[in-house]
Amino acid sequence: MLADILQLLVAGLATGGIYALVAIGFALLWQTSQTINFAQGEFVMLPAFFVLIGMGYFGLPFWPAVALGTVVTILALGVLFKKLMVDPMIHHGVLPLVIATIGLAILMKEAVREFYGADAWPFPALAAATNVTVFGVAFAVQSLVILAISCAAMVALQLFLNGTRTGRCMQATAQNPTVARLLGIPVERMILYTFLINAALVMLASILITPIYLAKFTNGELLGLYAFIAAIIGGFNQVRGAIAGGLLLGVVDNFTAAYISSQYRMAVPLVFLIAVILWRPQGLLGRVEERTV
Amino acid sequence: MRHARRAIAWSVLAAAGVFLLAAPFLFRPYGIFILTMWAVLTIAAIGLNLTLGYAGQISLAQAAFVGIGSYVTAYLTTRGWPFWSTYVLAAVSCFVIGWLLGYPALRVQHHYLAFVTLAFNTLIYLIFRNEEWLTGGIYGISNVPRPNFAGWSMNGPREFYYFCLAHLVLVSLATWWLIRSPWGRAFVALRENPMRALSLGVDTRRYTLMAFALGAGLGGISGALYAPLVQFVDPTPFALMLSLNLLLMVMVGGSGYFLGPFLGAAVSVLLPEWARFGSDALYLIFYAIAVMVLMAFCPSGLLGLAERFMKR
Repeated sequence: MLADILQLLVAGLATGGIYALVAIGFALLWQTSQTINFAQGEFVMLPAFFVLIGMGYFGLPFWPAVALGTVVTILALGVLFKKLMVDPMIHHGVLPLVIATIGLAILMKEAVREFYGADAWPFPALAAATNVTVFGVAFAVQSLVILAISCAAMVALQLFLNGTRTGRCMQATAQNPTVARLLGIPVERMILYTFLINAALVMLASILITPIYLAKFTNGELLGLYAFIAAIIGGFNQVRGAIAGGLLLGVVDNFTAAYISSQYRMAVPLVFLIAVILWRPQGLLGRVEERTV
Repeated sequence: MRHARRAIAWSVLAAAGVFLLAAPFLFRPYGIFILTMWAVLTIAAIGLNLTLGYAGQISLAQAAFVGIGSYVTAYLTTRGWPFWSTYVLAAVSCFVIGWLLGYPALRVQHHYLAFVTLAFNTLIYLIFRNEEWLTGGIYGISNVPRPNFAGWSMNGPREFYYFCLAHLVLVSLATWWLIRSPWGRAFVALRENPMRALSLGVDTRRYTLMAFALGAGLGGISGALYAPLVQFVDPTPFALMLSLNLLLMVMVGGSGYFLGPFLGAAVSVLLPEWARFGSDALYLIFYAIAVMVLMAFCPSGLLGLAERFMKR
C-alpha cells in the first residue's frame, strides 16, 4: 500500500515536473509581455519533431540532433515568435494576441500532420525502461531521471533569476516595466530573454515527455491545458507558483487516475482550477496584481 | 460618395439574401447540408458575439452550450417528445446555465475568465463522454428525428435548410432589436468602461449575467437545430476546439459588428468546402496564417477591414 503510494508520488512528481517547466515559461511570458500563449502545448509538441527531422533527414545521432533542435527551437519559438507575432500585436491589447496564438497552435499542429505525418512516432528515451529498487520499493528509472532533470532546471532558473544581475533586471521588468526603463534596464532585451528561456524550457519539456507519449501532432492539446492550469493554480505572476502548481497537478492527476476515476481524471484539475480562480484568483502562492484604473 | 458606398453595401447584402434563398436549388444535398450547418453555427456565433463583441466578456464555453442544446434535443426527441417543447427546454436550460456561468465573470476578468469558461467547456465534454446512461457515451445518440412544422415534414434537406434559415432570420432580427435597445447600449457600456457604466447607474452585475445567459441561450438554440441536422449526437464536436473555432469566427468576421458572425462562420464553414485545397490540414494551415495576419494588421476583423476601405 505504502509502496503504491510512493510509486504514484514519484511518477506524479515526474510528470508534474514537466508540467511545471511548461507552466513556468507560460507564466514568464505573461509577466513580461502580457502574452497568453495558447500555443504553449504545441510549443512542447514541436521540438520533438525538430529532433526527429535532424535524426531522420540529416542522419544525425541523437545528441547532435537535440543540439540542432535546440537551436531551431530557440530561433523559431523564441526569437521569431516574439519578433513576428508578439511585437506587432501587443499594442492591440490581449485578445487579438490570444486569437493569433490560437491560430499559431492550429498552424503548428496541422503543419506537422500535413508535412510529417499523423502517426505517433517513437522517440529515444533518456533512460532505459527499467526499475530500480530503493528500500523495497520499485521506481521507474525514467521517472527519477525526469524528476532530477526538471528539478535541476528549475533550481538553475531560480538561481539565475534571483542571483544574477540579468535575472534581477528581468524580475524588475516583469514587476514594473516603466520604472525598470527609468532605472536604465534594457527592457526590450529583458523581454527577449524571457522568450528565449521559454523556448529552452519547452525544448527540455519536449525531450523529457515525448518518449512517454510518443511524438504525435496532437500532443500539445492536453499539455497546453495542464500548463495553463498549473500556472494559474500556483499563481500566474510567480515562477515559484508555477513550479508548485505543476508538481501539485502531476501528483493530483496520478492519484486521481489510480484511486478515483480514470474517466474523470481530467475533471479534478479543472474543478480545482475553477475553485482557485473563484476563491483565490491570485493563485495559491501568488500576490494580488495591482492595476491602475 | 457616401450614398454610393451605402448602395454597394446594401446590394452586397441583397445579393447574399437572394443567394441564400435560391441556394437549395443550386446545390446537391451535401452542399445544402453545409449551408444549413453554416446557418446553425452562425446562430451560436451570434450568441458569442453578444457576450464577447458587445458586452466584452470573453467566453470559451460556447461549444458546451451548443452541446447541451444538442443533447437535450436528441435525448428527448428520440424518446418521443415534440420538437418545440425540447427546443424551448434547450434554450431555457442553456440560458440558466449561462446565467450561472456568468457569476465567475463578476469576480474575475479577462484571461481568468477565459480559463474558467475553458475549464467549464472541458468538464461538460467529460460529462457527455462518460455519463453513458444519459448521453450514450462515445456511441452518442443516433436517429434524432427532424421536426414537423405546421403539419409539414422538415425531413428533406431543402425543407430543413429553410427551417434553419428562418431561425437564423428570427434570431438576427431579435439580436438587431436587442443591440439597439437600452440593453444593447448597456452591454457596450460594460465593454468600454465597466466602472464608468456603474457610476452612470448601469446595473453592471445584472447585465454581465444577462450577456452570458443570452449568449448561452443562443448557443442552446443552435444546438437544438444541430441535433436534428446531423441526426446523430456524440461528444467529439463539442470539445474545446469548437469553442475556439466559434471564437475565431467572431473575431475573424469582426467582433462587435452585427454581421461579423455571418461572415466569420462563412469563412470557417463554407470556404473550406468550396475552395478546394489539397487536404483539410492544408486548408487549416492557410486559415491559421490568415487569422494571424488579420490579427496583426486589423484586429477588428474582416468587417473592420472593409470599413477601413469604405472610409478612405
